[in-house]
Formats: sequence, structure tokens, C-alpha cells
Amino acid sequence: MTESLGPDTVGSGAGSTGSVNAQTADYLIEIDDLCLMRGEKVVFDHLSLKVPRGGITAVMGPSGTGKTTLLRVIGGQVRPDSGAVYLNGKDVCRMSRSELFEARRDIGMLFQSSALFTDINVFENVAFPMRVHTDLPEDTIRDLVIMKLNAVGLRGARDLMPSQLSGGRARRVALARAIALDPDLIMYDEPFTGQDPISMGVILTLIRQLNEALGTSSLLVSHDIHETVNIADYVFVLADGKVIGEGPPKALRDHPSRRVTQFMRGDPDGPVPFHYPADDLKYDLLSEDV
Amino acid sequence: MEHVLRRIGAETLRWLQGLGRATMMWAMAVARLPRWSDVSLIVRQVYNIGVLSVVIIVLSGFAIGAVIALQFYTQLARFGAEDAVGVGLALVLLRELGPVVTALLFAGRAGSAITAEIGLMKTTEQLSIMEMMGVDPLRRIVAPRLWGGFISMPLLTVLFNTVAIYGGVVVGIHWLGADPGGFWSGMQNTVELWQDLGKGMVKAVVFGLVVTWIAVFQGYDCEPTAEGMGLATTRTVVMSSVLVLAMDFFLTLLMYGDFR
Repeated sequence: MTESLGPDTVGSGAGSTGSVNAQTADYLIEIDDLCLMRGEKVVFDHLSLKVPRGGITAVMGPSGTGKTTLLRVIGGQVRPDSGAVYLNGKDVCRMSRSELFEARRDIGMLFQSSALFTDINVFENVAFPMRVHTDLPEDTIRDLVIMKLNAVGLRGARDLMPSQLSGGRARRVALARAIALDPDLIMYDEPFTGQDPISMGVILTLIRQLNEALGTSSLLVSHDIHETVNIADYVFVLADGKVIGEGPPKALRDHPSRRVTQFMRGDPDGPVPFHYPADDLKYDLLSEDV
Repeated sequence: MEHVLRRIGAETLRWLQGLGRATMMWAMAVARLPRWSDVSLIVRQVYNIGVLSVVIIVLSGFAIGAVIALQFYTQLARFGAEDAVGVGLALVLLRELGPVVTALLFAGRAGSAITAEIGLMKTTEQLSIMEMMGVDPLRRIVAPRLWGGFISMPLLTVLFNTVAIYGGVVVGIHWLGADPGGFWSGMQNTVELWQDLGKGMVKAVVFGLVVTWIAVFQGYDCEPTAEGMGLATTRTVVMSSVLVLAMDFFLTLLMYGDFR
């Protein structure tokens, strides 16, 4: 059951009609009654949530709860079995292939693996979206790329190849590429995973600064509680294919649902048990079965 | 028995699904003809697929031409027909060995490289991020490679045939001492433009199309893991080689008429 602690304008809220409505202007993304199965596994079970324009919205939850899949559904890379995903009021699930590619130009995405193009250097990686989608003259592209790289602190690394970058720097280059066309929405897939403390601090600062400087909306998927809580304005907690809790990060620590608080506090035992299901320990110890 | 039938049915369905995906990929990539801006991408692939295969084609062509001339000369000399080396060499190369050996080498060098490159791009999510940037990988990655292979393979076959004939000349004329006049005039009088050269090139075009298609699809459809990539690369070489040899038989049967 979803229990919202947030302001009325934000959240999965009841009454979503699944169609373009007057509230659309307030929300960049509206997910309505989303269902997705992968073989026998239920990934999303009638999931509904709304991501407001502006600010940083985080989707959290234990590993394997479909957080990355959710980003792929929003980007139109995965088609759900049923339900609707409205991006700027248009249903992504019903777009044609060419409409999807058009819509994605307004989305910047940062993958966990950075996914830099390995056959071209840092400069060309950042210039790639500009070259493909615009007719800007070479001088302008050069200036823009330098500005984007400067924003992530890697202007001096523009001639390096991706293989010469550390994981943290590669992610910053990928971030510069994600913001190359000043998108309406930037989606971050586990941006803090595998980062050393310094890189983590740099990425945290960049996400916050870029969101404010560019005036974009950010959707962040992560299971790193402390970092996410520090920068997110609003958090959804997913489990078993549903939103089990939502609200501003601080409020979620005192959420009435024990499942939410266990996750937010990182308790080892609780509704998600520490022990894998098994017989009673005493019975196991006294049993003569080998 | 039921278990065996079920297994055969499942494998057949899996194979048909793969064929369907491969056909869809090919159709979606090639249906839209290249735009002017795509030309540079195709030229780069012609370089990667074609130009970088030149060394192996030249070396193999020379060796095969030389060894065929050696065998022909040894056998024909017993009947005093050494001059026929040129005719035999040209017909064997233009009709059969040229396109077939070039296709086998092409699959081993360029085909495996295409599969590995696209497979790695898929494994490292480069194809996925391209999609998320609003760039169609079928247009940007798949189509230029299909066109590049389609253009390169016939050109490599021409190169292979030329170098192989030169290899035959070096061994047959310069080393073993066959008469150059008989060698060249026999070739000129017997070889026909369409019947020998043209039909051989048809084979080259078909092989180029099929090998590149298999290579691109195996990379595009591979399991995004190291093991999946290795499997896909092996499949490209094995499937291409078997299909080239099988298709060569049927194309020969189809183009050169009734042999009975």
C-alpha cells in the first residue's frame, strides 16, 4: 500500500486518469497503472507515480526491484505489458519508433556504465549529440563542448580517449554528454555505484548544480541512501513492483511503514528478513539429517 | 519420443524467431536508403571492412594462384598441354575459388571483427545510450556496415582474382616456363564476360550480402556478456563459412544449368 507523506502536488496520488489532463503541466512524467512481467517474475504490479517538473526526484529500493527497468520504460526502450507512461503529456508506450527517437532528444541519460563511445575521444563524445541533432557550425560546437566539459571539470581532458579515464571521470564525461543538448529531463541510473568518496562528492555536487543551473528536472535511481537523501527533493521507494512509500527524504525516515523505514535506515532485519527462509534453528541443530 | 519432438519443435521455433529478428533488422536498416550525411559512415566502413582486409586477400590470392598453376602445370605437362594452364586457372578462379575463398577469408577477418565490434558496443551499453540520445543504431551502426560489406566483398573478389592470376603467371610462366602467348591467348579466347566473370561476381555480391548480414546480426543480437560475445563471433565464422559453401553449390547449379 502506498502511503504518501509529501505535498499534495507531488506523488502517485489517487485519481490519475491515465490520459492527458489539466495536471499534466505540473508533472513531467506520469506513470499510470504500469504492469510488466519478465517470464514468471512480476517487475511492476500496477505501479503509478508522478514526477514533478523541476527539482530532483529519486526512485529508491533494494537491488532487483526494477529501478533501472523503470528508467528504460520511461525512455521507451522497454514496452510494458499494460499501463501508460506520459512524458510531457504524451504516452511513450504508444509512440511510433520515429516519435520515440524525436522525444528522446529532450532526455539526457547517464548510465551506470557511463557507456562512452570507445572509438572516439572525450571531445567527440560530448560533441556527438550536437553533430547528429543540430546543424551548428563547427566553431559553435567547439565552444559548447568546452563549456560542457568545463562544467564537469574535465575541459583539460578533451583529447583523451575513454580508455584513459578513471571510472569517476568517465561518468563525468558521460554527464557532460547527457547535458549536451540542454534536455528537459536528465535520468541518472545508479550514479554513485562504484565511486570513491571524492568522485562521489563530485557527482553529488554536479547533479545538484546542473539541475539548478540548467533548470531541468532530474530523475535519479539509486539504492545509496545517504547520497540520495542529500540531494533529492522527493523520494519514491519501490518494492515488489509497487511504490511502498513516498515523500520528502527526511519524512521517509519516520514513515509508518516498517518496510520503508527498514530500507531508509539500512536495518539488517525487519520485514525483509536477514535469514533466508528455513526451519527453526533448534530443530536444524538437533536433526540428524546431514 | 514426445520429449524429442518437443525439443525439435522448440529449437525450430527458436531458429525461426532468430531468422525473423534478423530479417526485421536487415529490412529496417536498409529500407531507408542512405542520406548524404551517411556517406562518410559508409566510406569509413568500406575502409574498416574492405581496405583492412586487403593484406590477407593479396597474400592468400597469390598463394592460391601459385599452387593452382603448379598443380595444373604438373598434370597438363604429361599431355603436352602446358599452355592450357592459363585457361584452367582463370576458369577455376573466376567461377568458383575467387568468390568462395574471398568470402571465407572475408568472414574470418571482417565478419568476426564486425560481430565483435557491435557485440562490444552492446555489452558496454553504447547502442543503448545511442537509442536514448534519439539516434537510431540501426541507421548509425548497422546500416553503414551492411552497405560497407556489400560494397567491399565484390571489390575484394576482383582483387583476389587479379592477384591469384598474377601468382599463376609467376609460377607457370616465370618459374616453370609455360609459353606466355599460349597462356594469355588461351585465357582470352575461352573466358566469357558474363558466363565466367559476371556469374562469379554475382556469387561475390550474394556472399557479401549474406556474410555481412550474419556478422552484423550476430553482434546486434548477442547476449551482452563476454561469453555471449565469444559465442556470437564463433557463430559468425561457422555460419558464414557453411552457408557460403552451401550457397555456392546451389548458385552454381542455378546459373550454370543442367549438369546431367
